[in-house]
Amino acid sequence: MSQVQSSAGPILTTDGIPLKVSLKKAERKNKIRAFLLVLPLLAFIVITFLIPIGDMLARSIDDRQINTVFPKTFEIYKKWDRKGLPSEEVYKTMFFELKESEGYSIGKASTRMNYSKSGWKSLLKKSKRKFKKIEEGPYKEKMIAVDKKWGDPEYWLALGQMVDPTTMGYYLNAVDLKYDSNKNIVQQKENRRIYNKTWIKTFKVSILVTLFCLLLGYPISYLLATLPMKYSNLLMICVLLPFWTSLLVRTVAWMVMLQQKGVFNNLMVMAGLIADENRWQLMYNQTAVIIVMTQILLPFMVLPLYSVMKTISPTYMRAALNLGASPLHAFYKIYMPNSIPGVSAGCLLVFILAIGYYITPELVGGKDGQMVGNWIAYHLKTTLNWGLCAALGAILLAMMTALYWAYNKIVGIENIKLG
Amino acid sequence: MALPAYATIGQRIGYYSFITYCTLVFFFLIAPIFIILPLSFSSSPFFEFTKEFMNFEPEAWSLRWYRQMVGISSIGDTTVVSDKWMIGTRNSFFIGIIATLLATALGTVAALGLSRPHMPFKPVLMAILISPMIVPLIITAAGMFFFYSKVGLTHTYLGLILAHTALGTPFVVITVTATLTGFDTNLIRASQSLGADTTRTFFKVIMPLILPGVISGGLFAFITSFDEVVIVMFVGSVEQITIPKQMWAGLRQETSPVILCMATCLVALSIALLTTVELLRRRSERLRGIKQR
Repeated sequence: MSQVQSSAGPILTTDGIPLKVSLKKAERKNKIRAFLLVLPLLAFIVITFLIPIGDMLARSIDDRQINTVFPKTFEIYKKWDRKGLPSEEVYKTMFFELKESEGYSIGKASTRMNYSKSGWKSLLKKSKRKFKKIEEGPYKEKMIAVDKKWGDPEYWLALGQMVDPTTMGYYLNAVDLKYDSNKNIVQQKENRRIYNKTWIKTFKVSILVTLFCLLLGYPISYLLATLPMKYSNLLMICVLLPFWTSLLVRTVAWMVMLQQKGVFNNLMVMAGLIADENRWQLMYNQTAVIIVMTQILLPFMVLPLYSVMKTISPTYMRAALNLGASPLHAFYKIYMPNSIPGVSAGCLLVFILAIGYYITPELVGGKDGQMVGNWIAYHLKTTLNWGLCAALGAILLAMMTALYWAYNKIVGIENIKLG
Repeated sequence: MALPAYATIGQRIGYYSFITYCTLVFFFLIAPIFIILPLSFSSSPFFEFTKEFMNFEPEAWSLRWYRQMVGISSIGDTTVVSDKWMIGTRNSFFIGIIATLLATALGTVAALGLSRPHMPFKPVLMAILISPMIVPLIITAAGMFFFYSKVGLTHTYLGLILAHTALGTPFVVITVTATLTGFDTNLIRASQSLGADTTRTFFKVIMPLILPGVISGGLFAFITSFDEVVIVMFVGSVEQITIPKQMWAGLRQETSPVILCMATCLVALSIALLTTVELLRRRSERLRGIKQR
């Protein structure tokens, strides 16, 4: 067939252009048109959302804060063999760069220097004040006279971590590691190891929340999918109303429920199950986080489950029962395998949303319920250690991206349904 | 799924325990939301059901917190009445409405493009456009805080509006693309062959058909902005109060029952929005000829 065509020459349009070329041209035009429609939103998302995220990622490895304050010192510092104390020349340039620098940039740089060795901040602050009186050298001795920390090689070695304009230090900190003064990777001190615990806790809470959502969500999705439409529509409202209600409102509601003099404890006391004086401590701990997050994320489990279960024909189950399977066996062999796509979609969605939660753990978690999101916020607004904040965020983001990719492969992002 | 007449005792027990379990789950979902409604009418300054309140004694019930919410002090009020809640309400609506309009316009146009049969790189584009919904808010907030402070958008309403628009667009894209599945493209051809230009075709043929999706997407975008607190806290200034930010402050510092009043109002709002979206969805299904089972 194709041979016949090719021997007769390509088919032409009325203008004499080969049909294939003409079709391609028309299709390209369509493609460009379609793309032009998407372009405004794409540009908007890139500028207002993706670039900020990229900025954060850049910040997680950026280490120029200090390089811009002591550029000359670092040039000379690089030649130092890291044995004993640096030469007079290093001291001299440090002296002048510190003396002439602005207070604001020194503040920023010294904060960074304090991350690699605590003590730098106070040292710089004190020295900058006292250096005003020093007019001439030898600078080494006079600086050590101002503060003997200048004579401690540990401080000078710590500077070595900051010579390069980029660092992996923040990422190391985010998993409880650090550089020692020789740039070897070592574990943090015992009492400063907090992040690995937090990562594990975040995973634990997210997995438990996903599991509880599945345990609670599967039966009600089944009920919703098998009930006649007029009843299931009504019950669906019970699922959708929480979905539409403000997150903070739901959190407040749970505070009313779970606090010491809250509804739950009151009911238990009234029923005589617990004594009035030893009411359960249900708020401000990990249990509270899990309970509240389960309720908040349950709709995200039910909606995908429901939409998959809706497509499972009831005749399958009837056929299995007809062939002699017991209801449980039929459910296990027929219904469950058919509902797996919904289960994976729901679980992934709930897990993705749970892992980055911030508001709920902050409000009901107390000390014990803090997750990674809370540490990001803490470094963002309290300690101002933005490098570490960005590194924690970047690791979390990498995990999310992997899960999001899996979700896209398994479910297809265009199949997300709302209501 | 009703129980057949020939069910054995075991099946009956199984069936009823299943129903009971489901009822409890629905209760778990819905009860916390409604528990706060009566409590907002309590005169007690704490979040608790007092004995007097449960016995319907008139002194225990009052509207004083509602009066405080709108900035009026009652007789004998000891707590400080502030107009912050009303400022917050105004700001929330201001930011929410503008962000919604922007998100709806951008999202609808993009969804039209994404639903075309020849869209190149569709999966990648879709993944990028939906990502603001998936990325944790705290990461978005951190990124926006760093970048917006560089370009001077922090502490401005413009910054908050842009951020909320970005967060709202995925919802519009999702709902409008859903409405466009099964859209009969012959209608466009028919309209064009009858002499209508692109603009006219859009407003007279496409728009009426996708309008339910557009409106529900817009409402989703609105509630997202209206409920958002993390970005407002980090990107906005101290003076830029919105309702959720004021609630947050109320929960962290003074636990004033005014929060419960505002929560009640928000629940009412969400019921109204849910009803609207549900009605729109049914209308859309009817328009597109999808039968109700």
